[in-house]
Amino acid sequence: MKSVTKMLASATALALLAPAVWAEDSTDPIMIPLHNWSSQIVMSHVVGDVFASMGNTVEYVTTDSQAVYESVRLGDVSLELEVWEGAFGASFDAAVAKGGIHAAGAHNAVTREDWWYPMWTKEACPGLPDWKALNECAALFVTPETGDKGRFLGGPVDWLKHDQEKVDALGMNFAVVNAGSAAAIWAEIGAAEKTKTPIVVFNWTPNFAEAVWPGEFVNFPEWVAGCNEDPAVGPIPDKTFDCGNPANGYLKIAAWDGMKDKWPAAYAVLAKVSLTNAQIAEMAKLVDIDGMEPEDAAKAWMDANPDVWKAWLG
Amino acid sequence: MAVKAWHVTTAKLLLALAVALMIAKVILPPELIRPPEWLVLPFADWINAAFYFLQNDLGLMSLTRAFSDVVEWLLNVTANLLYGKSRWPNIGPIPWGVIAATAFMAGYALKGWRLGVLSGGTFVWIALMGQWQWAMETLSVIVVAAPFSVSLGLTVGVLAWRSQRFERILNPILNIAQSLPHFAYMIPVVVFIGVGPKAGAIVTIIFSVPPMIHMTLLGLKKVPDEVIEAGKMCGATRWQLLTRVRIPTARAEILIGVNQVIMQCLAMVVLASFIGMPGLGQKLLQLLQSLKIGLSVEIGVTIVLLAVTLDRLSKAWALRLPAHDVPSPRWIDRNRLLVIWLALCAAAFVLAQIFPYFLEVERKQALSVAGPIDSLMDHLIRLIAPVTAWLRWFLITWVLIPMRDAYLWLPFTAVLMLLAAVGWAIGGLHSAAICVAYFGLIALSGWWDRAMITVYMVSISVFVAALIGLPLGIWAARNTARSARILLICDTAQTFPSFIYLIPVIMLFGVNDVAVVAAVVVFAAVPIVRYTIEGLRNVPPELIEAADMGGATRRQVLWHVRLPMALPTMLVGANQSVMFSLFMVIIAAFIGTQDLGQEMQRALSSTDVGKGLVLGFAVAFMGLMTDHLITRWSEDRKRALGI
Repeated sequence: MKSVTKMLASATALALLAPAVWAEDSTDPIMIPLHNWSSQIVMSHVVGDVFASMGNTVEYVTTDSQAVYESVRLGDVSLELEVWEGAFGASFDAAVAKGGIHAAGAHNAVTREDWWYPMWTKEACPGLPDWKALNECAALFVTPETGDKGRFLGGPVDWLKHDQEKVDALGMNFAVVNAGSAAAIWAEIGAAEKTKTPIVVFNWTPNFAEAVWPGEFVNFPEWVAGCNEDPAVGPIPDKTFDCGNPANGYLKIAAWDGMKDKWPAAYAVLAKVSLTNAQIAEMAKLVDIDGMEPEDAAKAWMDANPDVWKAWLG
Repeated sequence: MAVKAWHVTTAKLLLALAVALMIAKVILPPELIRPPEWLVLPFADWINAAFYFLQNDLGLMSLTRAFSDVVEWLLNVTANLLYGKSRWPNIGPIPWGVIAATAFMAGYALKGWRLGVLSGGTFVWIALMGQWQWAMETLSVIVVAAPFSVSLGLTVGVLAWRSQRFERILNPILNIAQSLPHFAYMIPVVVFIGVGPKAGAIVTIIFSVPPMIHMTLLGLKKVPDEVIEAGKMCGATRWQLLTRVRIPTARAEILIGVNQVIMQCLAMVVLASFIGMPGLGQKLLQLLQSLKIGLSVEIGVTIVLLAVTLDRLSKAWALRLPAHDVPSPRWIDRNRLLVIWLALCAAAFVLAQIFPYFLEVERKQALSVAGPIDSLMDHLIRLIAPVTAWLRWFLITWVLIPMRDAYLWLPFTAVLMLLAAVGWAIGGLHSAAICVAYFGLIALSGWWDRAMITVYMVSISVFVAALIGLPLGIWAARNTARSARILLICDTAQTFPSFIYLIPVIMLFGVNDVAVVAAVVVFAAVPIVRYTIEGLRNVPPELIEAADMGGATRRQVLWHVRLPMALPTMLVGANQSVMFSLFMVIIAAFIGTQDLGQEMQRALSSTDVGKGLVLGFAVAFMGLMTDHLITRWSEDRKRALGI
């Protein structure tokens, strides 16, 4: 076993040394993580294809979207293209604090995550998107498990969204039920669509769901700094969490600290990558609505938007 | 008999105590209702500290990484051959026709036309459905993991057979390992190995090795002394005795172990993709994520077909006895199959060179049955929506919520007493102590409430599964053709990736416990049906004839002869049913539960080894306790029946 490892190690060392004379970037593959939502997969393939066109080798690996920051930190994967403030901010910050990972850039996109409903809900409850109107309509959202309260279907508990606190603070007649995965939320919306049942769920943008099911976010009292921590801030004087979520979260790009030295050219490109909400939603749509494979969707997107990605190379 | 009576009395006393604790709940001090804080031990912190020590101070990390580098190198070779990943030896990908032809010839050589068509057909299906790349990604991991697992299992099995002390240490570890939920394994693997195909391979190896060890040990123990004597008389050394005499004699058991390894590997295909195993599992999760049920079902079918093919091939290999024909003098006669295989492969190679279709079927050219499946699902959901809405309301309001509240209402001391009573009734002090120890540890872990929710979901699921499974099993056992059909359905339902069930049940019932129970029941019912059929069909015909001659009606024969005789076997089914439910309840966290599974999912995403293992052990203890009780009871029944 030992000798095999040694042999492998020396082989890798040779492979590392030989081409270093000609090219700047290492010939080791750049490891790009893939998660379980389409925009991220397509975007990863787009960036991967750009790297490949520069002569780099690229490999993709599927990982958990929270655990990935630990892997980036250790250099097991090289970068992460979608760091959502709301969903992954905490994991990212924790990894940054441990060292080994940093933000290489940011997309020109805002992320928003909050209570959301598909359009058919509005027909039953015309006062929407105001949260007070939603509260008046609570009876429309009653389910057996929530008794006489309306049901709000939240994301998995580990997304830490404080929906229950919001319900309590605003005195809403709603009960929070947590789905176990994003897929569970989509399945609920899909089922509700068949019978046009009113439904209010946790959702976010940019996301494929907005293309499949047109809908709107609920307008809660506007988020102001401190409203989740300081009871005095926000409309209800003695409550925290008496406001919506920030409507303009960041969407960053993270990279392993070692990437800059190992693949300087690729890193320079990565730092320039910046996409808008519309572009990201388009990537998701190619897969989720048009039914393309992510690899093909990436190629199609690159064919349709050459000016966008060619600008990263310059 | 006197001992039995004493057991029953003690059990009744304990039961009375448990009831008293329930009645007196209002006046009980809170320490007796829930484990007080000072009693809850920080197991998770201890485990984390131990892991930290292993990882950083002992430098185990470099060892595991070195090992995983070897695995990765092997994975790269298979990945190159099977789907053309740009790695040494850079000769792949092998055209799909060649692999299909090879599979066909393997099936034909082992058992004949039918198996050949099944195995060749599986690969043709994969290629034509445009899943080649994904399936090969999956297989590239399995062809590395399975041999690793087999050789590891064989080695450990031989060691355990050599040293009794080692076997005594190994047995409890194996038992726990087999009842630990899959997610609990994955967290340490992520810490020590990282993510990606190598992590997928290693988690698959860990998961599939216990049955191999078991079967090796079993096989070696069964080797008759006469065979060994014969070997010794021929002057064989100890090594020769082992490799030339013992292992070949234990061949049947060892090959069943190999078969088990392969099945476990396929069972891990979807789960291992949570830590980066590429291929079918990963694709399946992605498709489910965007509600593409039809396409996921296609992948599910592929996984089932692969499982069935590999199962039949390995079984055929296991059952084939070495032939001792006089070899024909002509080379071509002796190697007829080899020649045909080479010719087929060459033809497939040539075809692939001329038509790219035979090298790889692209997704655009692929056939698909997803459309009809999706519209069928759609119609079905619309059609039965009123029924499910009513069922959902009824079950939640009248069954599930009251039951859950009742489980959570119980003081933990009352539960422990109750278990002690059950244990004592079945196996006396020994069993009572085992029950209390397992659940006591769960109480000490601080996850009591969540554990009770898991227990509640498993018990309702197994109950519903028995309501469905027992009549179905009894009905199916009436004639051979019918039981064969039902058993085939059982096999399919069991190998079908569990995740696919999750989305339809949410669409039917919404995010709540009804959906969870519905998904779990599918898995819980399978072993009940299977063992009911096996049990009833294996009742000695003389007994039934005797009862018939005694003038018993069909109903009387069923109730007084067939069912009692089949009970020990049916209990094995009940035992497995509990195991499957436990595993499935944990996976059902993806629907949305508040039990141990939900916490396990969190532990996985925050790579918290300690918490994950504590939760895993809690689940394993439930399984082990049930296993102990049922096994004990079933043995008693067998003894009473004189089987």
